[in-house]
Amino acid sequence: MANGERPTFLERVQAIDRRIIFLFVALAVSLPLVFHVIFPEKISPIVSSMFDRIESLPEGSRVLISFDYSPSTVPEVQPMVDAVVRHCAARKQKLYLMALWATGQNITDETIHRVIEKEFPEYRYGEDYLNLGYKSGNQGLINVILTDMKKMYTTDVHGTAIDSIPMMAQIRNLRNFDIIFTFGGGFPGTKEWVLFAGDPGKIPVASGVTAVQAPLLYPYYPSQLLGLMGGIKGAAEYEYELIRRYPRFANVAHPGIDMMGPQAVAHLVIMLFIVIGNIAYFAGRRREAKRQGTP
Amino acid sequence: MRRQVPLIITLIVGAVLIIAAFIPHHPFGRLGENFSLYFDIIAVFAFLLGGGNLVRIHGARFLRGVRTSVQEAKKGGGFWPLKFLVEFPFFAFGGLEDKRGRDWFFSLITLAGFFAMLYAGLFKIGNPDGWQGNVTQPGGLFQEFYQSMFNPLQATMYALLAFFVASASYRAFRAKTLEATILLATAFIILLGRTPAGTYATDWLPSWLDFFHIPNLANWIMAVPNLAGQRAIMIGISLGVIAMSLRVILGVERTYLGADEK
Amino acid sequence: MNRADRLSSLLVALSPAILILALFPAFAIPQTTADTAAALVGPPQNVRVSDTKGDEGGSITVTWDLSPDDHGGADTATAIIGYEILRSESAAGPFQSVGFAPKGATRFADASTHDGVGYYYQVVASTAQGGAAAAPVGPVMSSAQWFNTNRTNVLVIGLLLSGSIIYYIASARRGKKLFIRRIAGLEAVQEAIGRATEMGRPILYIPGIQDMDDVQTVAGVTILGYVARTIAEYDTKIEVPTSRSIVMSTARETIKSAYIAAGRPDAYSDDAVHYVTDEQFGYVAAVDGIMVRDKPATCFYMGAFFAESLIMAETGNSIGAIQIAGTAMPAQLPFFVAACDYTLIGEELFAASAYLSNEPKQLGSLKGQDVGKSIAMLAIASGVILLTLHQVTRVEWFLRAGNWVKDLFLLN
Repeated sequence: MANGERPTFLERVQAIDRRIIFLFVALAVSLPLVFHVIFPEKISPIVSSMFDRIESLPEGSRVLISFDYSPSTVPEVQPMVDAVVRHCAARKQKLYLMALWATGQNITDETIHRVIEKEFPEYRYGEDYLNLGYKSGNQGLINVILTDMKKMYTTDVHGTAIDSIPMMAQIRNLRNFDIIFTFGGGFPGTKEWVLFAGDPGKIPVASGVTAVQAPLLYPYYPSQLLGLMGGIKGAAEYEYELIRRYPRFANVAHPGIDMMGPQAVAHLVIMLFIVIGNIAYFAGRRREAKRQGTP
Repeated sequence: MRRQVPLIITLIVGAVLIIAAFIPHHPFGRLGENFSLYFDIIAVFAFLLGGGNLVRIHGARFLRGVRTSVQEAKKGGGFWPLKFLVEFPFFAFGGLEDKRGRDWFFSLITLAGFFAMLYAGLFKIGNPDGWQGNVTQPGGLFQEFYQSMFNPLQATMYALLAFFVASASYRAFRAKTLEATILLATAFIILLGRTPAGTYATDWLPSWLDFFHIPNLANWIMAVPNLAGQRAIMIGISLGVIAMSLRVILGVERTYLGADEK
Repeated sequence: MNRADRLSSLLVALSPAILILALFPAFAIPQTTADTAAALVGPPQNVRVSDTKGDEGGSITVTWDLSPDDHGGADTATAIIGYEILRSESAAGPFQSVGFAPKGATRFADASTHDGVGYYYQVVASTAQGGAAAAPVGPVMSSAQWFNTNRTNVLVIGLLLSGSIIYYIASARRGKKLFIRRIAGLEAVQEAIGRATEMGRPILYIPGIQDMDDVQTVAGVTILGYVARTIAEYDTKIEVPTSRSIVMSTARETIKSAYIAAGRPDAYSDDAVHYVTDEQFGYVAAVDGIMVRDKPATCFYMGAFFAESLIMAETGNSIGAIQIAGTAMPAQLPFFVAACDYTLIGEELFAASAYLSNEPKQLGSLKGQDVGKSIAMLAIASGVILLTLHQVTRVEWFLRAGNWVKDLFLLN
């Protein structure tokens, strides 16, 4: 604010109260949700590579899904989990669910109730799917179960002895799984699964993470990471492909696709603000230059 | 002596773990994971320390706050309990001069939340299977707290990111220099590429210009320049971790144990 | 529903049973299916078995060459789905399935063996209509090794790196002068503390949200030691909320020692460092609360951060604090760069304590790091050149050399 004058319009725009931006973002996110704006998606190679792997696995393949996240990232991560669980169940694969995060166990239970029990009533607990629950130890846990599963898991989440569970008869360690899915975005998460299980055990690892974490994991694709879903966009792509190949899922909830509308509008609003900010900045600079040119 | 023992332990454990990484044979093969489990066990006990500290700090702040508030209310005579009640918001939320007792009501909420959660989890209140069952069983009080309070509170905090990303990018993305301008352009492509808007914007491009189709461009940015940058940062970080770890193991770096002997 | 529809839905419903029936002979009596399915697809070739190298026992690796029909389309009934691995303790059988490798795979590690027992293996190329089995091979026994040969490259590179770091530490100790480039964020530390002192406001220091077993936290606490030394001299207030109990204890010890070193032990209070919660967002809510209430003049974020980075840094920005951040979490760096005044990027965080201490021993370790960087740059450049030459000239040797360079840095 030069010479103690009242701030000009441009200066005020440059130092805009962040609450105004917050208001616009809130509107950009909520209005498309209210009016249910939906766009078509196209699956990208990094997502399709994991989708195709599930497609290629024969019936009864063993799929391990690790819930490494907390309620905070549920809106972003859960759509991917639901889509993958549906996909595996539709392909009649055996699902082993576990959590490296304490908060993940609850989400596992919730996923079982909402997706497996409701949509796949023919799925039998202990024969087709299993909840191993949460165990502490982070990457240390992965390290142990890479060679010996029963050292850490003596019972399932309900206290049933592992040896009496039919699904566990063929499982001795992580190497016995055909694919490992890890969902999350924090520590421990995808990186730990790749470093401590995927790489040393030569087990295919695929992952779904928050959009923020996705760029960090690109270096692992495709040699160490089979595929990667990043944020809502990744979830929407997977959901679209799932519906395309299995039309019976067209009528189940697809929050990923639903939330792409708000994301699209919010991105546009943010871009608009960046443009406004730059216009104000350049106009302000020109004024400043003019003022200095004519003292 | 007080400094030397931890340094010697660090040296021995560090060296043994590095060697163990190359020996798969029993007992070395499992040393790394066993040590990380030991750390977790110690961390669990240390939690008592943290929980104790939380209770002590907020307990003290609460007591001090109440005491100061009552003193303030007593000032100037009159029936002080009434004055205390009337001016309660002022006393409880930041009105007090004394910093160590200010906002004592929040301390009370913290303590109440801490003990309620501890009580519900420790005694498995309302669990369908009583003491036998898992603490996270549906129907239990702990689970109830978790679903109806912890869940939404966490999601709320995380959701703040959407707003903060907007305000931070508003400030940060100014085309001040050439580098900043390139960054700005890249950000636009990624922002557009992650939405259907990007698809519509360049859908009309002929197939030989497919590379410039915004979603393809966004994928390329992620898979090539972003990847190269991430790799470089990761290599630098790994080398930094190695050097830092060596400094710690060799006892060259000891500030984290307290100051140097000098 | 017409008859054709009904028939097809019946077929779909029965298809799992048909599939199982079709595959059943392949699993149960592979010796016979080898004859019947041989006409459909060729069996895998050249099956080899060996003890898995560099492990603690309990695993045998089976490798094979692809069946000549592996490349066939996926949709026909006679296309290969994958390879079934069968195992028996006698050459005559009976063989039992121990695993399945997808189409295109040539390797399977059977991790369910007992050391010292001889096993025979058979690999079956499976199709929807049956399988084609290769002849059984064996016997082979699993055992534990004393050296993991797969990590020889790691050992060599590790020794080279550690050796050069130790060498430079030693040579710095002997008094050799070392040049260290300026790190703006660290130059600003003094200025930031001075500002808080002038304004009479506290300093907020966040040592990340991970425990002491993360090197970033160690780096964060180390930098806290140097910051605390200056603070003790200036008599500025510092507040360190922590999200881990062990970090709380360590940070206290560090600050206390800094105050003692500055000759002001009386000014130290344990309350400067306090535990909040292990819970990420509970922690960030508390820290934001402290910021809004106490309005610190300076905020330091040094350590491992996740999604909370931007929530803290934007709140810090809104109260007008000078902010210096440092983290080796690449995903959080953009947020810190956008919202803070200075950011230590990745390795700079680890270099910070050496830089601030100005001790030759510590600075020497930074010089050692440069040797590692030179190795990395050399390897990347030579790999890129070799593979590019292969693309251009199509000379096989370049590809082999390029892959050799790549394998040097690969964990097998």
